[in-house]
Amino acid sequence: MSVNLQNSSPVNEATSRPRDKRWNALRDFFSNPKAAVGAGIFGFFVILGILGPFIRPYGPEESSFLPNEAPSAQHWMGTTGLGQDVFSQFLSGTHITLIVGVGSGVISTFLALLIGVTAGYRGGWTDAILSGLMNIFLVMPGLALLIVIESYVKNSTPLLNGLIIGLTSWAWGARVLRSQTMSLIGRDFVLAAKLSGMSTFRIMALEIVPNMLSIVAANLMYACLGGILAESGLAFLGFENLNTPSWGTILYWANSNGAMMGGAWWWFVPPGLAIAFVGLSFTLMNFSVDQMTNPRLRETGRRTRRARTYTRA
Amino acid sequence: MRYLLNRFLFLILSLWAAVTINFVLPRMMPGNPAGIMFAKFQGKLTPSAIKALEAAFGFNHKPMIVQYVDYVKGLLTGHWGLSFTYFPTPVTSVIGSSLPWTLGLVGLSTIISVIVGTALGILIAWRRAGLLDSILPTTLMFLQSMPAFWVAFMLVYIFGFMLSWFPMSHAYSDMLTLAPTIPVAFSVLYHAVLPGVTIFLTSLSGWMIGMRNNMINTLGDDYVVFAEAKGVPAKRLMFTYAARNAILPQVTSFAIALGNVVSGSILVEDVFSYPGIGYQLVTAVTNEDYPLIQSTFLIIAAAVLFANFLVDVLLVRLDPRVRTGGAGA
Repeated sequence: MSVNLQNSSPVNEATSRPRDKRWNALRDFFSNPKAAVGAGIFGFFVILGILGPFIRPYGPEESSFLPNEAPSAQHWMGTTGLGQDVFSQFLSGTHITLIVGVGSGVISTFLALLIGVTAGYRGGWTDAILSGLMNIFLVMPGLALLIVIESYVKNSTPLLNGLIIGLTSWAWGARVLRSQTMSLIGRDFVLAAKLSGMSTFRIMALEIVPNMLSIVAANLMYACLGGILAESGLAFLGFENLNTPSWGTILYWANSNGAMMGGAWWWFVPPGLAIAFVGLSFTLMNFSVDQMTNPRLRETGRRTRRARTYTRA
Repeated sequence: MRYLLNRFLFLILSLWAAVTINFVLPRMMPGNPAGIMFAKFQGKLTPSAIKALEAAFGFNHKPMIVQYVDYVKGLLTGHWGLSFTYFPTPVTSVIGSSLPWTLGLVGLSTIISVIVGTALGILIAWRRAGLLDSILPTTLMFLQSMPAFWVAFMLVYIFGFMLSWFPMSHAYSDMLTLAPTIPVAFSVLYHAVLPGVTIFLTSLSGWMIGMRNNMINTLGDDYVVFAEAKGVPAKRLMFTYAARNAILPQVTSFAIALGNVVSGSILVEDVFSYPGIGYQLVTAVTNEDYPLIQSTFLIIAAAVLFANFLVDVLLVRLDPRVRTGGAGA
């Protein structure tokens, strides 16, 4: 085990150990081929999203081209029924959709941490109330709730939608993190921190959260994916400012302008495939996190694995 | 018994939460857009209908608590208001005519998806690290990553538009009037194929991967290892020993997934113009039909919450640990 990563920082033995473990976890993560492919796909879309507004060949709203043109050298993804360049719209859409997806994922995970860890650590009445809230949000049909909220918020922007999605989607994560907190609470290092007079907040933030980072990471990925799916769904239904090009609004326009009847597959295939690939990348990365947290799922045959656990015990 | 009482109290609590969300939302929003819509209909409504709307959306200046009591009272006595879109039809009858479609379509395709997914999960867990175990999860995972509405869209494009194998929209043929006859039943089934397949495909992998992971956990348990050492035949080991226990978490995830299935079906119904409750909700929002929006949300939420309660009751029968309050409850 190499420990030279920590050599320069003035940390004592006790805190350097778990951090070292974390670096190993990161290395484990990328050594899994599934996770590496997933990270690659996601990285590709992130780069597209960052560079999108700069490298797009035309303005996303520019409608001076022949309508319903099949893909060609001038228009890599063809043109829309209104004579816009699909590729330029797609690039702008990547930018917005990723910001909204990741943003709502971060909000949702942050709330999940705040509520889940507090409920798990505090216990008693705090836990009873927060758990009740969690369970209610967990069983509420999310999209229906979002649609109802949209009906009162007129012409919502993608960013506002992301905020709303983040504020309503934390329940699952909170539940997972709560039970994880409860399993950590009895450990020696938490007890030691308590006895040394650390404040409750510091214990939660510095002792408990760092020890469940892989679960937080998994939750963040699911939340981002959920955010992208929810935002696209809302935009597809037309509940978003339709002049901002996100993947969902491209699909909305394709649907309402009869792309299907015109056979313009190049209009509605790219955004959907892009969502699917981003989703796939999250799922692939999650597989690896799952395997790190649950050793039984490691990719070995049933018998060999069992033999190994028995010899170790 | 205590467990059931607990679950029942939670059902009441969550129903109350759904009602309260409905009450709070229009009052929280700046400008209250429902008010503008409401003003257009002021002349056409009977005094009792006006009272019901006032209670539901808060246009009168009574104290909040009185408004709340009026609103809940109205809901309990069946005064859910009139739909603006189908004026002057009460929203309850609009919902009554669309709910069966959703229950049939979503219910049936979800049940098929759970059964097939669970069976596949058992299979690939048993043939661990085999060809099937490496191909099937990845393929289905890709399918699951696709947004349900886009899968619906693609299916309509390929099988409805290009190949004309299946109808592209609606729940039954326009030529027929809805009656319990054989041609109508055939038409309904025929129209349900594409939306049903969409819901089936997009939810399948969740059940499969869940079951696979549960199976792998159970297969490592001592009692299974012992049974294998004892020489229990593979088939019996797989179904009677491992699968029976591995299926319990599936039941719990079924309850939690229901909300998502219903959410997905809202989009699928919209793509197919399928006259279910989700389509009704989307149409209501487009038409700013606030009484209908409120009621459809309430019904969707109530349906999911009741289904959850039923699953909890079922779990008591399936898992004795829940009954005795032992581990795993």
